[in-house]
Amino acid sequence: MGTTIIRAVDGISIEIETGEFIALLGTSGSGKSSLLNLLAGLDSPSAGQVIVNGQNLAALSREELAKYRRHTVGMVFQSFNLIPSMTVLENVELPLRFAEVDRAKRGELARAALERVGLVGRLEHRPVELSGGEQQRVALARALINQPTILLADEPTGNLDSRTGTEVMNLIRQLNESLQMTVVLVTHERALAERYADRLIFLADGKLISDQPNTTRAASEAKA
Amino acid sequence: MKLYDSIELAGRNLRESVLRNSLTTVGISVGVASLVAMLSLGIGLQQLASKRLQRSGLFDSIVVTSRRDLRSFNREQEENGPAPAESPELNEAARSQIEHLPGVVEAYPDLRFITELRLDDKPHLTMVSGMPMSEKDSDSFEGMKGKFFSSANAHEVILQKSFAAELLGKSSRGPNEISVAEVGPPLLGKQLVMRYSERQSTGQDAASYSVISHELPLTIVGVTDLDPDSMRGAARARVFIPQKLMESMHPMQAYDMRNSNSATSNQPIYGTVIARVSGAGKVEIVEQAIKKIGFNTFSILDATKSMRRFFAILDLFLGIFGSLALTVASIGIINTLVMAILERRREIGIMKAVGASDSDVRGLFFAEAGAMGLLGGVCGTILGWIIGRVINFGTNIYLGRQGFPPENIWSVPVWLVAGALGFAFLVSLLSGIYPAARAAKLDPVQALRYE
Repeated sequence: MGTTIIRAVDGISIEIETGEFIALLGTSGSGKSSLLNLLAGLDSPSAGQVIVNGQNLAALSREELAKYRRHTVGMVFQSFNLIPSMTVLENVELPLRFAEVDRAKRGELARAALERVGLVGRLEHRPVELSGGEQQRVALARALINQPTILLADEPTGNLDSRTGTEVMNLIRQLNESLQMTVVLVTHERALAERYADRLIFLADGKLISDQPNTTRAASEAKA
Repeated sequence: MKLYDSIELAGRNLRESVLRNSLTTVGISVGVASLVAMLSLGIGLQQLASKRLQRSGLFDSIVVTSRRDLRSFNREQEENGPAPAESPELNEAARSQIEHLPGVVEAYPDLRFITELRLDDKPHLTMVSGMPMSEKDSDSFEGMKGKFFSSANAHEVILQKSFAAELLGKSSRGPNEISVAEVGPPLLGKQLVMRYSERQSTGQDAASYSVISHELPLTIVGVTDLDPDSMRGAARARVFIPQKLMESMHPMQAYDMRNSNSATSNQPIYGTVIARVSGAGKVEIVEQAIKKIGFNTFSILDATKSMRRFFAILDLFLGIFGSLALTVASIGIINTLVMAILERRREIGIMKAVGASDSDVRGLFFAEAGAMGLLGGVCGTILGWIIGRVINFGTNIYLGRQGFPPENIWSVPVWLVAGALGFAFLVSLLSGIYPAARAAKLDPVQALRYE
C-alpha cells in the first residue's frame, strides 16, 4: 500500500484585499479549512508562500507565528472552542494574557469587546450555561479582543439554528463594514456565502475551481 | 505570558482535576518524607555520636606530648618527624613557646595522679587532675551543682558525680543515671582530705629529688553532671582541683621516674601539655605549628576524622534510599502531566490559536509541575518530621525497656528543610521537562480538529 501524499491545498493562488469579505466554498475535504489554517498561521505550507501585510508566513519561526496569531488574526470556529473551565469574561481575556496586557486593563477590554457583540450580562457564567448563539458571540468577542485586522471564520453557523446563525453572520458583516476588517468565511452553504460575502471562491480536492465576485449580493444591495 | 499568569492558569488547571493532582502531590510528599526521615535519622545519630565529644569541651584543645615519651596517642606520627632522642623536651620553655603560638589562648601542663581521698576518715581511691580557671565557661560544667573554684589557688575540689555517688556509698551502675541533684547537696561544703607526694629537689644534682608525703584538706564546692575529663587522657580523673594549686604542690607524676635517667635540670618535665586555641577552626593550623616544633599532638578532630567519614557515607546511602521514593514520585508527575496533555489537547490547541507561543504552553506545564513539587515538598517535610518523631519516640520506649536513658536519635536542621524543599521543586521541574516539551510541540490543527 504505502503512504499516499494528499495535497489538501494544491497550487492555489489568490489575492485578498484589505476589508474584503471572502467566502471559501466547497464540500468537506475540499481543502477550504486547510487553506484557512494556512492563513491563520496554524499550519505551514510544504511549498509556496502565504504573504500577509508583506510578511511571508511560510518563513516565520514558531514563535513569530504565535505573535502573528496573537495580533493580526482572530478566529471563530464551528464548535466555538471556548475553554469550558473558564467564565465568559476569562475566555475573552485569554488572548490578552498571551499578549502580556496588564491585569487591570484586561477586564475593561474584555467587557468592551463583549458589548460590541451584544453580550452584557452573564459574564461570570461558564460557556455551557449559554446558548449556542451566545457562545459564538463570546468566541467572536475573543477573536476581536486584540484588535486584529483579519477575521477567520470556520463554519461559524454550523452548530447554530438558522435564526441565531443569521444573527451571528449579521454581526460579522457589521464588523467587516464598521472596522474595515478583512473576513475570510469558510462554509459549505452556498446560500449563506451569497448573502454575506463580496467574493466567492470555490475549491474542490484542494484545487481552485472558480473565483468570482458575488453578483447575488451586489444585486440585492443595489435593490436595497 | 507573564509568570503570575502562568501560575494562575496552572493553579486553575490543578484544581480542575483535584483528585489526580492531589494523589500525585501525595506521592511527592511520601518521597520527600522518606528522604527527610532518612537523613534526619542519619544526622541525629551523628549528633548523638559526637555529643559526648562535644561536651568534653575539647574541640578547641590540643593534647601535646613529647616524642621522647614513646607512648604517643597517634602512631602514624611516629613514622615521620625527628627521632625521639633528637626531639625537644616538653618542659616549661616548650610550654611557653606553645602558648605564644598564634591562635593559642593558653597552654598548661596536664598534671594528674592517683591518690587516696578521705571523707570522714573513710578512704577512697581515684584520679585527681588540675583544672584551669578558663574551663569555668566550658560546656563540661553544664548542669553542675554548686559552683566553680573561687580562685586559682583555692583549696577547693569539684567531684564528678560518679565519684560523689561512691563517697555516699551509692552504686554508680544500673539503669538509672545518678542525678547531681541527689548526690550534690549532701556533699557540698564538706571536707575531703587528700594525700599527695611532693617532688622536692635535693639541690645535689639535676636528677636527684626527694619525695615528701603531704595531706591537704579540701572543701567540696561542686559536683559535675558531665564527664569533663572523658577525652583528656587514658586515665579519667573524677576529682578536680584548681590548676595553679596543683602546680604549686609539685606533685610526683608517673613519668617523673621514667625521665630521671635523662633529666638535665631540676625544672619539671611535663608528660602532657594541653593547648587551648581560640576556636575549633584554629585546631588544625596550631596542630601543624606544634608538630613543626617537634612534638606529637592529638585533638578531637583527629579522633572524629574517621567517624565523620563514616557518617558521610551513611548519610549518602540514606539519601540514596530516600531519593528512590522521590524518583518514583517524579515518574508520577510525568504520568500526570502526560495524561493532562491528552485530556487538554483541545484546550492547548485553543490557546495556540488565540496566540499562545510554544514557550507559553511550556511555562504553563512547568508551573503545574513546580506547584505540585513545592506543595508536595512542604507536606513531605512535615510528614518526614512527624515520621522522625515517631521513630524517635518508639526507639526511646525500646531503650527505656532495655534500661537505657532516652536519647535523641533524630534531628531536622534548617538546611535539611530548605534542601528538601529545593530538591522537591527541582525534581518536579525536571519531571516537567518531557511533558512540557510535548505539550509545546502539539500541533494546533490536529488538536482543534472537530471531534
